[in-house]
Amino acid sequence: MSKQLKWSDVTPKADFLNRRQLLAGAAGMALAGPAMAKIDAAPSIYSTDLEPNPLEHITTYNNYYEFGTGKGDPAENAHTLTTDPWSIKIDGLVDNPGTYDLADVMSGVSLEERIYRFRCVEAWAMVIPWIGFELGSLLNRVGVQPSAKYVAFETLVRPEEMPGQRRNILDWPYREGLRLDEAMHPLTIMATGLYGEELPNQNGAPIRLVVPWKYGFKSIKSIVRITLTEDQPETTWNMQNPREYGFYSNVNPTVSHPRWSQASERLIGGGLFSPRQDTLMFNGYEEEVAGLYAGMDLKKYF
Amino acid sequence: MALVDRINAGARRIPSGVLYIAGALVAGWYFYLALSGGMGVDPVKALEHRYGELALQLLIAGLVITPLRRFAGINLIKFRRALGLVAFFFLLAHLLVWAILDVQTLGRVWADIVKRPYITIGMVGFALLIPLAVTSNDWSIRKLRAGWRRLHRLVYPAVILGGVHYVMVVKGWQIEPLIYLAVILALLAVRTRRIRARMVAQTG
Repeated sequence: MSKQLKWSDVTPKADFLNRRQLLAGAAGMALAGPAMAKIDAAPSIYSTDLEPNPLEHITTYNNYYEFGTGKGDPAENAHTLTTDPWSIKIDGLVDNPGTYDLADVMSGVSLEERIYRFRCVEAWAMVIPWIGFELGSLLNRVGVQPSAKYVAFETLVRPEEMPGQRRNILDWPYREGLRLDEAMHPLTIMATGLYGEELPNQNGAPIRLVVPWKYGFKSIKSIVRITLTEDQPETTWNMQNPREYGFYSNVNPTVSHPRWSQASERLIGGGLFSPRQDTLMFNGYEEEVAGLYAGMDLKKYF
Repeated sequence: MALVDRINAGARRIPSGVLYIAGALVAGWYFYLALSGGMGVDPVKALEHRYGELALQLLIAGLVITPLRRFAGINLIKFRRALGLVAFFFLLAHLLVWAILDVQTLGRVWADIVKRPYITIGMVGFALLIPLAVTSNDWSIRKLRAGWRRLHRLVYPAVILGGVHYVMVVKGWQIEPLIYLAVILALLAVRTRRIRARMVAQTG
C-alpha cells in the first residue's frame, strides 16, 4: 500500500500563494501571455488551505447527465454546447424581472477565486478553485421582494446540443432550489470560471451555482432561469427519488444515503490504494452555515 | 459448408482452456491500467465496475449457449464451464476491489452487506454461485448425478440478482443496466416450456 499523500503535501500553501501573486503580477506587466490566467479574480477568505485537484481531474470526472451518465461523457460531449449568446431569465418575486444577457449579469460583479471542497452524493470528493461572485449580490441587484422565501434554478434545455436530454433519464429541465437564506449566504456563489480560465462546458458553462456545504447535485449547471418563489420549489433528484435525495441535501456524515454510507469519502486523484477520508459535517463549512439550520431535525430535513 | 457447421468445426479446434488464460490476462490488464492511471482519475470505482460488468457479461454468455444450440444448431457447450468459472472469478475480483480498495474496513463491509439492499442482493447472488463454482468439475458431475443439474439451475436466480443489483446501483433509471436485465430475463424466458415450444414450432 502506498503512503497517504494529501494535496497539501505537494505544494506548501505559502509557495502556492506566492506563485499566484507572481503570476498575477507578471500578467499585469506582460498583458497576459498565453499561459497566464485570463480572469482576474481576487483571493477570498472563504478559500480552503487544501491544494486543489489538478484541472484534469475536475474536467474529466463529471456528473452532468445532459451529456450522458458516464463520468467521462460530459468531457467528451459537452463541446457541442453553445454558451454565447447566453441569457438568464430572472423572474418571480423580484422587483426587476427580465431576461438578462450574461454580460449584464456579469457587469459590475467582483470576481473572486473560491477554493472549495466539493463533495458528491456518491461519496467522492475534490478540491476545486472556482471563480465566481456571490449569488446574494445578484439577488440584491434584481431586488428580492419580502414575500420571497426560496430561489429556484433551471438548466438549459437544448436536446440538439445536449444528447443526454434526448432520453428521459431525468425530468428535464434539471431543476434545483435553495432557501433564500441559503442563497444569500456569502459561501453561495455563481461560478463562471475555474483555474483562472472560463468555465469548461462540462463543468456547467457559462454560469453555474456552487453551494459547497451541500452535495454536488445541488450546484446546478448552465443556468438559464432563476425564480424567486414563496413555496419550496421542486428539485430534480428529489422528484426522481424523494427517499434518497432531500431538498436540503446538506453534506452530513451521520445521515446515510439509503444505498450507501455518507460517513466517509474517496478523494479523487489518490490512486488505486488511496485511503478513504472522514466526511465532515456540512462538508467542513459547519462553522459558517450550521446557524442556518439551528433547531432543525437534519435527519428529517435531509 | 454452412456457416453453422463452420462455427461448430472451428469451436471443436479451440480448447476451452484458452478462456481461463484470456480471463486472467484481461483481469491483470485492467488491474495494471487502474494502477498506472489508464482508467481515469477514480481507478477504484472504474476497476470495481469493469470487473462486475465483465462478470455479468460472461454469465449472460453462459446463458446464451443452450438457446444457441437449440434454436440455431451452434454447439458451444464445451465452453460453458469455463465461461461460468471465469465469470465467478471476475465476480470475486469485483467483490475484493469493492471490499478492500473501496470500502476498506471489515466493519463497513459488513454494515453495507446487511444495511444496503443492492449490496445484500449482490452478495446473495454471489453466494448462490459458490456451490456451482465448487462443483464445476467432472468428479462432482459424476458424484452428484441428477442432483448436479438441479444444483446448477441456481445460476438462474443468481444472474437475475446480478442484473437487479446493477439496475439498483446506478442513479436514476439508466438505460444500460435495464438492457442487461431485459436480456437476462429474455434468455430465461426462452427456457420456459411454453415459449420454448412456440419458438420450436416457428423455426421448424
